[in-house]
This record gives sequence, structure tokens and C-alpha cells, in this order.
Amino acid sequence: MKQKSSLSVMLNGIIKENPVLVLILGTCPTLATTNTVNGAFGMGIAALAVLVCSNVFISLLRKVIPESMRIPCYIVIIAGFVTIVKMLVQAFMPSLYESLGVYLDLITVNCIILGRAEMFANKNTVVASALDGLGMGIGFTLALTLMSTIREVFGAASFAGNPIPFMENYKIEFLTKAPGGLLVYGLLIALIYVITRGKAPVKTSFSCEGCPHAASCTTVNCQREGAEN
Amino acid sequence: MDAFKTLIVILLSSVFVDNYVLSRFLGICPFLGVSEKRNQAVGMGVAVTIVMLIATAVTWPIQYFVLDALNLGFLQNIVFILIIAALVQMLEMLLKKFIPALHKGLGVYLPLITTNCAVLGVTINNILDGYTFVQSMVSSLGCGLGFLLAMVLFSGLRSRINNANVPAPFKGLGVTLIAASFISLAFMGFSGIVEKIFA
Repeated sequence: MKQKSSLSVMLNGIIKENPVLVLILGTCPTLATTNTVNGAFGMGIAALAVLVCSNVFISLLRKVIPESMRIPCYIVIIAGFVTIVKMLVQAFMPSLYESLGVYLDLITVNCIILGRAEMFANKNTVVASALDGLGMGIGFTLALTLMSTIREVFGAASFAGNPIPFMENYKIEFLTKAPGGLLVYGLLIALIYVITRGKAPVKTSFSCEGCPHAASCTTVNCQREGAEN
Repeated sequence: MDAFKTLIVILLSSVFVDNYVLSRFLGICPFLGVSEKRNQAVGMGVAVTIVMLIATAVTWPIQYFVLDALNLGFLQNIVFILIIAALVQMLEMLLKKFIPALHKGLGVYLPLITTNCAVLGVTINNILDGYTFVQSMVSSLGCGLGFLLAMVLFSGLRSRINNANVPAPFKGLGVTLIAASFISLAFMGFSGIVEKIFA
């Protein structure tokens, strides 16, 4: 029974609550790194490593961290792991380090990681938090890989750097540029809606209420007041 | 005179060519989240610009006079995010105490800015690009103005989209992202112009 429930915690992140395509979190790295499959996969794995480590650590410290100071504490823990991952990538995969550039540093402010800390890790056991981090990380990596495959195959006629000869004359080059990222992301979200026939908990709009800071943030409350006026 | 030209090129290219939202994809969350109404978009844009300028003014000296001097460059990420978080908190308190009218307009956007990747991104990018202090400040100003410009343009577009009859699968976020893609496509037209202004 316990086995099954921990499996469902993990699958939850991969499919039902996929952070990119369903929860719409972590949009910045999604759009910025998916122009090549290699970059997107590397980004996914780096974020996965940070997510699992920070989830475990925050879950371990959940009774120590005072409620009012939790967000700064989480940020410091996450930034520490990001630095470790960044140094590892720089040492062992210099080409990936070059291609990801500043986005590797920006994993610190990736809302998936802070969001999972706030929504899951500070309420659950260490094992469950690790599995949740693993599931969310795999979901993030899969979504990024899917999107980058579309962009690289149709935009640059290659897959993970290997050219696909028969596509050579049919490249849609703008897919690998900035506007292509937004377009493919929009189309994928529409596709998810069609596949699930609108039953999936797809967000109809991007609102601050899904943001990890919603509880502590005054903007959400302010927008509500604004709507009333 | 050459130094002045460089500053103008940095300013214009960070507003138009390397626009943080539309071509580098930083700060997408507030771009999609707070662009529904124009006054909110302006408020957010102005708040981000101010925080970017103050954050750069603080992080640049710290990088060169503290971290590099003590050989602690690897702490950049942790130190910068803490500085930004503390600055944002302090700015909010100061505004609340001394300029309540401005706090009413901008204060609500400040807590959101702490984890806005555009702010951390601009401070780190200024170091990576090896800019001098003045160049860093100009580049931050340009990035902030570019963010403001993108927010205002997009809020106008969104008010039209809200009245349009959109097919069911594209309702909401789908059509919003595709509209953003068109604005981004328009901004691609600026590439190459700025470098040639003085050529």
C-alpha cells in the first residue's frame, strides 16, 4: 500500500501535475533553453538534481525553519545547491555550461523549485519529498525534451546535434529563434487541451494565484480588490 | 565620445534587440501574469526598472570589491539573490514609511520582484559581459525600460484578445502565448539596426 502511494506521488509530477504543461511553472527556462535538445535535456537534469536535493533538505529542516523566515531560508538552500550543480556542470560538461550560460544560475529563481518547497516539502516526509522532487524533475525534463525536439527537428533539421538529411530543405528556421519558443509552447498547451478533451486541470489563464508566493503576496489580494472596484 | 556611443548602443540594444522578455525570456511570469490591465503593467514595469537599477548599483561593487577581492566568486549566486531579496524588502519598508502615495502604487508589486528572474539575470549578465559600473547601470536601465515597453505593448494586445472569439483549445494561455510570439517576431526586426546606427 505504501509502495503504491509513493509511486503515485512520483507519477503525479510526471503526468497529472506536469509542472510545465499543466501547472505552467518555470516558463522562463522552458522557453529559453528548448532551442536545442541537448541544452533542454541538460537544463532538465540540472533542475532535477537541484529539486531533489532542495526538497530533501527543506523537508529535513521543516521543523527547524521558523514560519516567518521560510522563504529566505528556502532561497539560500536552493542557491547553495544551484552553485554545487553549476560547478559540477562547469567541471565535467563545459560545452553544456557554455550553452546554458546564465540560465544555470537562474535555476535559483525557478518557480518550480520554490513552489514545490512551499507546497510539498515543508509539509511532507523526507522520502515523499524526494519522490515528489524526482517526479516533478522528470516531468520538467520530459516536457522540455518534447518541446526542444519539436523546435530542433522542424527548425534546424537535426536531433540532438545530428542532422536529419531529408528535412534539410524544409527547415522552418524561426522555430529555433525566440518567437518560435512562444509559438510552440502555446500550441502544446492547446494540444494538451485537445488530447484530454478539456478535462485536464489545464489552467485557462495565467494568474498569480498559482504562484508559490500567492499566500504571502499582496498582489493577489490587491487584484481581487481591483476587480471589485 | 566613443564611450558615449557605447553607452547609447548598450541602452538601445537592451531595450529593443536583446529585450529581456521577448528575446531572452527572463521575467516571463510577470509578463504573462500582470499584463491584463495597462495600469498594472505600467506599475510592475516601473517597479522592476527601479529594483534593477538599485540592485545593479549594489551588486556591481560587491562583485568587484568583495567577492573578487577575497576570491569568493563562487558565492555570486547566493550573495546576489540575498542582496536582491533584502533590497526589495527594504525598499518596500522605506516607501511605506516615507512616500506612502508611491507605496500604494508600486508597493504591491515589490514582493513579487524578489524571485523575478529578470532582476537576478540582469545583475549576473552585467558581470558576465564585463561591463564597467556606468555601462552596467545603463544596461540595467535599458533592460528595465525594455521590460516596461513589452509589458505595456502586450497589455494593449491582451485587451483586444479578451474581446476576440478564440477556439476552445486556445482559450486563455494558448492564445496569449501565440500573441506574445507575434510581438517577439516584431522585435526581431530590430536586430542588426542598433549596431549600425553609428557605423
